[in-house]
Amino acid sequence: MLTLGELERSVMDILWDAPEPIAATDIRDRLDGKELATTTVLTVLGRLESKGFITRDRGARPHLFAATTSRAAHMAELMHRVLGTAPDREAVLARFVGQVSSGDAATLRRMLDGK
Amino acid sequence: MTVTWVALAVLAVALAWPVPILLARASWPSRAPATALVVWQAIALAGGLSMLGALFSYGLEPFGPDLASGLAAFPGWVLSGRLPTGTTFLQMFAVSGGILLGLHLVLTLGLTFGRAERSRRRHAQLVQLLSAPMPERPGLRLLDHEAPVAYCLPGTTRSVTVLSAGLVDLLDDQQLQAVIAHEFAHATQRHHLLLVAFRAWRGSLPWFPIATRALDAVTVLVEMLADDRARQQVPDEALAASIALVASASDVTAVSSLDSGADAAARALAADGDSAERRLTRLITPGAPLGAGARALALVCSVALLAVPTVLIVAPAVLA
Repeated sequence: MLTLGELERSVMDILWDAPEPIAATDIRDRLDGKELATTTVLTVLGRLESKGFITRDRGARPHLFAATTSRAAHMAELMHRVLGTAPDREAVLARFVGQVSSGDAATLRRMLDGK
Repeated sequence: MTVTWVALAVLAVALAWPVPILLARASWPSRAPATALVVWQAIALAGGLSMLGALFSYGLEPFGPDLASGLAAFPGWVLSGRLPTGTTFLQMFAVSGGILLGLHLVLTLGLTFGRAERSRRRHAQLVQLLSAPMPERPGLRLLDHEAPVAYCLPGTTRSVTVLSAGLVDLLDDQQLQAVIAHEFAHATQRHHLLLVAFRAWRGSLPWFPIATRALDAVTVLVEMLADDRARQQVPDEALAASIALVASASDVTAVSSLDSGADAAARALAADGDSAERRLTRLITPGAPLGAGARALALVCSVALLAVPTVLIVAPAVLA
């Protein structure tokens, strides 16, 4: 049984790969091996829409869905947050080792080697 | 009441300046990080308490023989539009300052927690969509990115630890185990709450160099605490190697992330380098853990730090 979160990820992967907006039934068909009802897919799409990850073309029949921005753009946003270049740096996470300058990195390597 | 406000003011100044500077320079905290974290929290709480207590007990002196009766009488006087005879301008200034400072501290704490929570939620959504769960290890997710990063994203019900593909490629099994144990320690000990509280303190008193020092110290101590948890599961060498490897590898990516060129990024860079160095030092040349006696003394001092301003504020009313 897939969790809702994992289902969201599968649906996003399909939308990121799709060259143009597609309908919920097409998305259901591409979620191969998962045997889902279209209503389940629509629930997932509704959640993704409310989070701002996808847009819905309400003028079309049936409604057509598309990703708001590319996978790469989202990955860039995530890495900005992780690497501390976002303004709210490390407000929510504890990185194993933060960003260090090349001078500091050399010192750390020497410390380890000199052991 | 004069004795009370003078004593509270002296304590407030001591806790705002010399005491945190001494603690930040001391070497024992790296030998007992958990104890040092308790002391830092006592300093922050006692500092805030004595600051507010000093302002109110000085300013409310004309309103009553002690702080409690002064506080009780103050609204009545203000509503009647009069002041007790002998009230000075400076005392009214102190009361207003105390009210503003109290509101400011509470509001900043709320705002900082709110902002952290919003940022966390957005981050969790991105992680959910961009990383794959590791079926054999619940709580772990793998991010398909070449930069070697590992971090813990706290959650309301459960936290996730995110590892990047670059990190998995860089480290051997035991080093990876060290990183995972370190991050799990952050999650189970809920270190983010402590960090957000100290970040709020710095945010509310940005003109106090002390609040920045406290945040830096607490950030490193929390890392040491997580390191100590990891050392229970893997040899010190594996943890030391993973710290040095991840730091060395991420300095390549640092160049691109510094494009935005902000001063804050440069400062953070220096702080992170310092933190990694201190963690590595205690792994390579471990000092003996701080003795039980010294740790007990530090805890007694922390309790005393909190007790002194509380007693100064409460006792006059009880004794009267």
